[in-house]
Amino acid sequence: MNLVRNHILISIDSSTIMAGARAVERAFVDELLNRGLQDEVSVLETGSLGLINRGVVLVVYPEGVIYADVTTKDVPEIVEEHILKGRFVERLVVKEMPKQHVIKREKTGLLKEQPRIVLRNSGIINPESIDEYIATGGYEAASKIINEMKPEEVIEEVKRSGLTGRGGAAFSTGMKWDFARRAKGDVKYIICNADEGEPGTFKDRLILEGDPHKLLEGMLIAGYAVGAQYGYIYIRGEYVLSIERLEKAIKDAEALGLLGENIFGSGFSYHVSIKKGAGAYVCGEETALIESLEGKRGHPRSKPPYPVTEGLWGKPTVINNVETLANIPEIMRNGASWFRGYGTEKCPGTKVYTIIGHVATPGLIEAEMGTTLRDIIFEYGGGIKNGKKFKCALVGGAAGAFLGPDMLDVNMDFVSLREYSAVLGSGAILVMDEDTNIVEMLKNVLHFFRHESCGHCVPCRLGTAQLVKIIDRVADSKGKREDIDKLLRISEVMRDTSFCPLGQSLYLPISSTLKYFRDEMLSMI
Amino acid sequence: METIRKFERVLEIVEQNKRQPSRLIPILQEVQTEYRYLPEEVLTFIATSLGISPAKVFGVATFYSLFTLKPKGKYHIRVCNGTACHVKSSMGIYKAIQKKLKLHDGKETTDDMLFTVETVNCLGACGLAPAMVINEEVFGQLTPEKAERIIDGIIEKEAAYELDYHGA
Ligand SMILES: Cc1cc2nc3c(=O)[nH]c(=O)nc-3n(C[C@H](O)[C@H](O)[C@H](O)COP(=O)(O)O)c2cc1C
Ligand code: FES
Repeated sequence: MNLVRNHILISIDSSTIMAGARAVERAFVDELLNRGLQDEVSVLETGSLGLINRGVVLVVYPEGVIYADVTTKDVPEIVEEHILKGRFVERLVVKEMPKQHVIKREKTGLLKEQPRIVLRNSGIINPESIDEYIATGGYEAASKIINEMKPEEVIEEVKRSGLTGRGGAAFSTGMKWDFARRAKGDVKYIICNADEGEPGTFKDRLILEGDPHKLLEGMLIAGYAVGAQYGYIYIRGEYVLSIERLEKAIKDAEALGLLGENIFGSGFSYHVSIKKGAGAYVCGEETALIESLEGKRGHPRSKPPYPVTEGLWGKPTVINNVETLANIPEIMRNGASWFRGYGTEKCPGTKVYTIIGHVATPGLIEAEMGTTLRDIIFEYGGGIKNGKKFKCALVGGAAGAFLGPDMLDVNMDFVSLREYSAVLGSGAILVMDEDTNIVEMLKNVLHFFRHESCGHCVPCRLGTAQLVKIIDRVADSKGKREDIDKLLRISEVMRDTSFCPLGQSLYLPISSTLKYFRDEMLSMI
Repeated sequence: METIRKFERVLEIVEQNKRQPSRLIPILQEVQTEYRYLPEEVLTFIATSLGISPAKVFGVATFYSLFTLKPKGKYHIRVCNGTACHVKSSMGIYKAIQKKLKLHDGKETTDDMLFTVETVNCLGACGLAPAMVINEEVFGQLTPEKAERIIDGIIEKEAAYELDYHGA
């Protein structure tokens, strides 16, 4: 056996590939070969390390030193200095990282670190290796469940965990599964919603790129609990690397008999396949997604009936977000009470966020439910870039709310935010500094909605067009005083009369902008 | 001859999808990969071979933003103007590219059919904001100068290719 003295773990995700990660990887392999070190140092691939705009990122173990912005030219130096002489290449060493743990603020004010749940393997294992996933305890939960537990018991455990949907609506996952299990139907479906069209959101992408088997195991457990035969992953067409890794993961799982016919010899059969989206934000809405899967335009259906009783092809269907399903294997492996050790009484667990905009270390993080916005921006995100002042954050994507400085100490969880009519939504946190022009921001959001309105209902179709006209006028300094209130009035009508949540949700960004920045908007008149 | 070959390949795709109307979206995706846009006569052909109305096929083809009914330039540039890119001044990049290629809103494709330039809402590459995609390749952390250099690179490459092909 070879004694490996160093591991070089290169993050291969959609952003590092663009920066040339594969070339750097090849350069390391060549360099090590040239120096005859190939048996002593191993070069491995992994998912996102959480750092998202720093070029090629890699970690050298056992020291755990993280290097960023690495190019092929730096490779000989890293090998020479770090590997051979034990001296770090300081100019490339990352000092500020988005936190790799879930941090908990104790009553004393001190911070304590805890392991992550959803991102547990991200940036640690090779996402393309099923063996590595299994080595971390992967598919252990699924095998135990399928061999030893009744579907009802699985659902009970998920209910006890208090897990709620991470796709926005925060509905109890256990209840959803229970409804679908009880619904009459010879065929049932599980759909994983990986459409992720909310601007500023890419957490599901990084979860899939970093640990695709975790999603498959979650879908497998869901399928067994609900009594489904088929699982579909409805994924954004642009997510090329996620799709590649999922395709490989499905093939590898099938080869080991973890998906397909007669899984673990239990008689339970379950097939998973991938469906690529064709670009429509509204298809993230569950009933529009189903229409799209059936080959139609993505117009939302009226509810009830809900998908749990009449979903895809009229059959009982569970639709869950990527992150929701990625929580399942850990919950089933460690138990509901372990899961409840994270987060708050009413909202247990963690939330994965992408924190972007004017922060010092933008990144992918996982924080406990109930963590304050202040801790997320200043502890996880390293504070505002260039020492500027915090102006506001757009939380939950374009359909979310602008939160000002008075909201920094609010607890980020579904229940607490609801009190302030804000939402966690997609988990995007876009931070803006004092120099940001808020009218331009709102204009951007409204243009997005006009483009994505599916045209199915009148309030949304005409409302978004009117809103865009008004905001364009205001941004051009050609607005009138009444325009500001007109924005609010129109969005109120849309909230109350639109057919689906797309048109209803515009009220949130508009009303919250006006709450904080009415004067700034008036100054444009 | 050209047209017959065109329909042959479309028919193949339709057959591979077992002539299932429910597979209309994957069919259109594959056809577009083949032709880089969805020509009108091809859409009508698909409708007939699936036994559904052309209106339905056009309805789907116009609903989704990844489908296009107009031919695009060889290099299809999509500049992200999602919220995350917007705060990082993505419109400046868009305008710089437009100016460089002598395009404006309403004229998205260059006369030589080399470039089409459009904006899109979020490419899901927000970590790299501001970002753009040229065909499938993502470019991030752009500045107007960087974007112009990328375009220059393409123009040079194309010129060299032309020279190779038609020169001497
Ligand atoms: C306009 C619109 C877009 C949505 N986009 C997404 C999305 O991209 N991903 C997602 O998981 N849920 C999205 N949702 C929420 C879904 O309708 C649904 O609630 C969710 O997928 C259920 O999964 P969960 O219970 O695991 O959260 C969207 C909803 C609306 C109204
Ligand atoms: S906002 Fe530009 S990639 Fe997401």
